[in-house]
Amino acid sequence: MTQTLTKYPRYEALFSALRPARNDEPAWLAELRAGGFKRFQLLGFPVERRGNEEWKYTNIKPIAEAAFEYPRGAGDAALAAINERLPFDSGMTRVVFVDGHFVEALSATATEGVTVMPLSKAIQKHEAIVQKHLGQYARASDGAFAALNAALFADGAFVLADNATRTPVHLMYATTTAGSMTYPRTLVVAGPTSELTLIETYVSLTDGNHFTDAVTEIVLEDGARVDHYRLLLENDAAYQVGQVRVSQGRDTHYGGLVYETGGGLARLDMETLFGDTGSYADLRGLYITSGDQHIDNMISIDHAKPHNTSRLIYKGILDGRSSAVFGGTVFVRPGADKTDSHQEDKNLLLSHEAEVDSKPALEIYADDVKAGHGATAGAITDEALFYLQSRGIDEFTAMQLIVRGFASQITDTVAVQSLRAWLEQHTLEALPRFRAGGAG
Amino acid sequence: MEQGTGNREQGGAPPLLEVRGLRVSVDDNEILQGLDLTVNAGEVHAIMGPNGSGKSTLANVIAGRPGYTVTGGEVLFEGRSVLAMPADERARAGVFLALQYPIELPGIRNREFLRTALDAIRESRGEAKIAIRDFNKLLEAKAQELGFEADMLKRNVNEGFSGGEKKRNEVLQLAVLEPKLALLDETDSGLDIDALKIVSEGVNRFRGPNKAIVLVTHYQRILNYITPDVVHVLIGGRIVRSGGRELALELESRGYDWLRDEVGQPA
Repeated sequence: MTQTLTKYPRYEALFSALRPARNDEPAWLAELRAGGFKRFQLLGFPVERRGNEEWKYTNIKPIAEAAFEYPRGAGDAALAAINERLPFDSGMTRVVFVDGHFVEALSATATEGVTVMPLSKAIQKHEAIVQKHLGQYARASDGAFAALNAALFADGAFVLADNATRTPVHLMYATTTAGSMTYPRTLVVAGPTSELTLIETYVSLTDGNHFTDAVTEIVLEDGARVDHYRLLLENDAAYQVGQVRVSQGRDTHYGGLVYETGGGLARLDMETLFGDTGSYADLRGLYITSGDQHIDNMISIDHAKPHNTSRLIYKGILDGRSSAVFGGTVFVRPGADKTDSHQEDKNLLLSHEAEVDSKPALEIYADDVKAGHGATAGAITDEALFYLQSRGIDEFTAMQLIVRGFASQITDTVAVQSLRAWLEQHTLEALPRFRAGGAG
Repeated sequence: MEQGTGNREQGGAPPLLEVRGLRVSVDDNEILQGLDLTVNAGEVHAIMGPNGSGKSTLANVIAGRPGYTVTGGEVLFEGRSVLAMPADERARAGVFLALQYPIELPGIRNREFLRTALDAIRESRGEAKIAIRDFNKLLEAKAQELGFEADMLKRNVNEGFSGGEKKRNEVLQLAVLEPKLALLDETDSGLDIDALKIVSEGVNRFRGPNKAIVLVTHYQRILNYITPDVVHVLIGGRIVRSGGRELALELESRGYDWLRDEVGQPA
């Protein structure tokens, strides 16, 4: 078999150009980057969709063919603008990255029980831990985007939890530069019996198009508990490909909630792995699309060991000509007895043109396993609308109640009160038909 | 055909509800074939009839449920034609339908549902929205009368409710929204005697000189608890006989065939 190196001259030039600035990076990191870039050259962007199950419904040619610029520094972002866009994090620890670079002036760190700093700093101050974990879960071999992130990430957040931390940690990745591409890299290590609430937000502070290739690795050591909220709030012209890899030790609890209302083309590739027994993975998602948006969620839960429980429930609200993809796979490996898993994808279609491709899947190789799955897609029923209208509620308000009610199965599970209230409000605002004078 | 007690003088006010020559089809099947009904404020009318006669169709069409095609006739509420009005407008005007098969509304709390509805009705009357505290007191009082515990109000509409609880919830909504015309579509179906009593008491509390009730029922049992002023029998899409309570008792003991034969309707 001939391994052809695909040619991406712009990326090759960029990778070379970045090397001098990285002379201070330790050898292991340089190796990680070089390996990543080589893997990217080998794999190329997944533009060939025929026969490629993973990318069947999502066309990333626009990303592959565009000429994005790599920002060397953070653009201007006003604190007021950020506070207005994301008002739910007052009182939280906040780490802000603008155009891929850490901005101390916009951040507010220092919380007990948890160490939070940019990765660029952690590579020096906590080198051993970073080296141990970085790139071990989201490997370059996973795919072109993970590989490219390893090669090109400028910075990202490092979170190390030692104890139970009540105050949520908010990692904010904001883009101000139209035409740019950023590679946020997040590493979270939850030490034994630690407790952490993490909010990870991607937001556009420009209306122009840009590309985000984000990788997040979360390690839960024995007895740890992590509640993770990943919010994709980029604009309708933005492209994002995200990877989240969660590795669970023994007796851990990972609660992951993915909330997506942007961008124009988005893909999240999420994987959780049970590396031991007695753990729980509670994955929830809410995606809301309108106009011409396309959001693709690929989730994989790996029951590599016995005696673990997983729940996967994603819900979509689709309007306009938008489309969504749900691919959920639960793997139950040989020997993973006493697995208890369930997955569901439910969709509410508000327009005739909206489309969802929903594919829950199970691969079971063990005995004594509980595994169920379901997927539904439907419109608001006449019966539900009539019930509300027959009580005097006008159609517009009735639809809002029904849509918010549909989303509430997910938003009700948000344990952070300020975030829950904000998500409930934002859910309706995300749909043009519910904005003043909007249509869908 | 003899019609109701429509002789009551209301000082010149029109009947609360007037149905004239109503013809309704569903999927090309003509269900109502020229139905006439007059209901004045203060009256309780019972509508009985065999299955498929059009009882529910009548209630649903007056309330404005989609899926029915009116091919002739009129429905006037307080003298105004309502057939062109959407269901929410009719509800705000004072029409209420207690559904035969109330559904669950996922993610919508009983409390919020009712307050939103009440506010919509109040606002259309030029009143301010109800203060949340006043609403909670009102709701809890009415709920208690209907045998609901406070925590059931926190649940989503009809979520996990038994059939009887759903019907009681319909009457709770009736009590809170205080319409002028209550259309009760087989509210007694599927209820045990205790639930039937609670529901009937709720309906009787609603009764008043300015209100009217159209009670669609398959069984005469509920008429032991809610005394009708008139009983109508709907057969073949028309009201073929009207009378007092004795008519209901006669139907109970003899069935409908004797009446079908009398009016020349096929079985």
